[in-house]
Amino acid sequence: MLRYLIILLITLLPLKAFAISPEEVMKTSQAAFLYRGKDFKARVVMRLVSGSAGVRVREITMIRKNYGEAGGDQKYFMYFFQPADVKDMTFMVYKYPAKDDDRWLFIPSLNMVRRIAAQDKSSSFVGSDFTYEDVSGRDIEDDAHAIVKEEKLGAADCYLVKSAPLGGDVDYGYKFSWIDKKSFLPLKEEYYDKKGELYRVFTAEEIRDVKGFPTVTKRVMKNIKSGHSTEVSFTKVDYNIGVEDSLFSERYLKQPPKKWVE
Amino acid sequence: MKAEGRNLKKSLSSSRAMEKVWIIFLMAVLITMPSLSSAYADEISVQGFLQGNYSSDTDASNPGGKDFKWAEERAQIKLEGAKEPFRLFIKTDVFYDHIDEKAGGELREGYLDLAKEKWDMRAGRQIITWGVGDLIFINDVFPKDYEAFFSGRPLEYLKKGVDGVKAGLYPEFVSFEFVIIPFFEPNNPPSPARFWVFDPMPAVTDRVKKEPAPNLKNMEFAARAYRGIAGFDASVYIYKGFFRTPAMLPERLFAPARIKLFYPELSVYGISLQRGAASGVLSLEAGYYDSREDRGGKDPVVPNSSSRFLIGYQRQLWEDFTAGLQYYGEYMHGYAEYKKSLPGAFPEAKRLSGLFAMRLTQFLRYQTVGLSLFSFYSPSCGDYMINPEIKYKFTDSVWMALGGNLFGGGERWSQFGSLKRDDNIYTQLRWEF
Repeated sequence: MLRYLIILLITLLPLKAFAISPEEVMKTSQAAFLYRGKDFKARVVMRLVSGSAGVRVREITMIRKNYGEAGGDQKYFMYFFQPADVKDMTFMVYKYPAKDDDRWLFIPSLNMVRRIAAQDKSSSFVGSDFTYEDVSGRDIEDDAHAIVKEEKLGAADCYLVKSAPLGGDVDYGYKFSWIDKKSFLPLKEEYYDKKGELYRVFTAEEIRDVKGFPTVTKRVMKNIKSGHSTEVSFTKVDYNIGVEDSLFSERYLKQPPKKWVE
Repeated sequence: MKAEGRNLKKSLSSSRAMEKVWIIFLMAVLITMPSLSSAYADEISVQGFLQGNYSSDTDASNPGGKDFKWAEERAQIKLEGAKEPFRLFIKTDVFYDHIDEKAGGELREGYLDLAKEKWDMRAGRQIITWGVGDLIFINDVFPKDYEAFFSGRPLEYLKKGVDGVKAGLYPEFVSFEFVIIPFFEPNNPPSPARFWVFDPMPAVTDRVKKEPAPNLKNMEFAARAYRGIAGFDASVYIYKGFFRTPAMLPERLFAPARIKLFYPELSVYGISLQRGAASGVLSLEAGYYDSREDRGGKDPVVPNSSSRFLIGYQRQLWEDFTAGLQYYGEYMHGYAEYKKSLPGAFPEAKRLSGLFAMRLTQFLRYQTVGLSLFSFYSPSCGDYMINPEIKYKFTDSVWMALGGNLFGGGERWSQFGSLKRDDNIYTQLRWEF
């Protein structure tokens, strides 16, 4: 009897080693990183740095509203200030877990709202090193997760989680995420391609407390292979500002209200 | 691109936009000026660009003798001032045209917005785009500049502004747009000085053009109601106004000395639907064109009524690559009457004419390089248009595009076949500020 009990304990040991499952870590992290508050707004400045072509700048107001639980539906509204050729352009996403997003783009010079195909999740967001999925999140169930170990990153105690996509819908073969045990924000991510070579690194450079929510206000995504990188800073960050449902409509895509986009 | 295009009664009128009355716009400016200038406007912004745009013939010289479809430098200023709940927007161009060797200016857009919680209003010159087609227009009944499109100008110049008032109403269950246009604006067809356009009566050079006079009876009216239904963006449309491509009326049917160009009365009733489907975007649109001056189809000069529809599907196949395919059909009503009354010299249109359109787009190098291929092919006429383009963004403010417009197939009177000597390659270079 005792023998069986010992065997049972041994088989349970790897599972018991961490107080939390890898899925829970990633779920809590997603909630902390992408679902804080009822709604969220920030002025986002992206600096696209390339060796040869210099620096390009994208400046956007991003508004997000949650519908339901963390990991559930969200709506995004983005208004472009820069560069000049897309000034006044707006972009709207209805994000649904487990199915394709709905996306609309407003092109001011033609006064035209267009639905755009949203099937490819690893397409670059506005020419940056971030993909659409990096901006609005990836379904937790799309990857197999494992906690590799717990380790310090700088001064922060982290879970190191390995995630490998279950389908072939993305570029990476697997990624490592360093998730802060306190805030559950991702402090670093390393993306490995299907040959196992490191090609993209995300780092959270600055974390600030806004209305009690720790928020990544500076972040960098660097493409190791091309040398291209994108630095993103969030200013005018705010939560729970009472964004109305009506904002996410064709009317306001065409004429974004000043009080929201400024 | 199609619109009322394939109709052979379409004329070749040359004269460009006429002198326009900007009463509404000026009134708008006058009303807002005091509040905008005296008081502190919340925000005033100025933007614009400098642009060079040149399009060289690759097949034959123009009928008018030059070798360029387009050759100009252009500057645009966009001025925006806002003071809640008002917003004033002015977009104006000045240019120098090397083909006609003249300078000019145009007010592209100029309007005043008034936005309230449940409604809004826009008065002045404005661009309105309706419908879900990609360069195929059924319920977009607003004026187009086809010469700009065939000459390799930037796409925004395909759309012409209308001088009118648009009101939006936003009750909970559905949204509305109402447009009234007191001043008629025709389409701008390729000019016979620059394009080898087909003319069924080339011998008759005396032509007078008669646009609908700006009076209450001729006021154009358009409305659209839209909302989401079962995942579709759904719209219904109505329009009461005129064909924007003129009909040709010879003063006498035999040995005419003069041709009158006029814009027959038209009403359009239509719907459009668009939604995500099979990992792409599905678009459906249909419209009934009620040719009010020739409901029976007996008048050989005025286009018959028709039913038009399109189905489109667009999908991203891999990173930064999108493919789109559309089919457009136009079914002529009263076809027997049309055939009976068609004069012998005129080529006969089909009862059902079709058009395929394909667009392929690939972005490269962090979306600084864009490759695109757009093409039309008509299975009923056998003619085509192909438009390949490469666009490169040197910096955030400087870009350049190189492309070509190739026409061929079909008959000498069909929409693209008639332009087979008008192949051109073009360049657009723009500095935005």
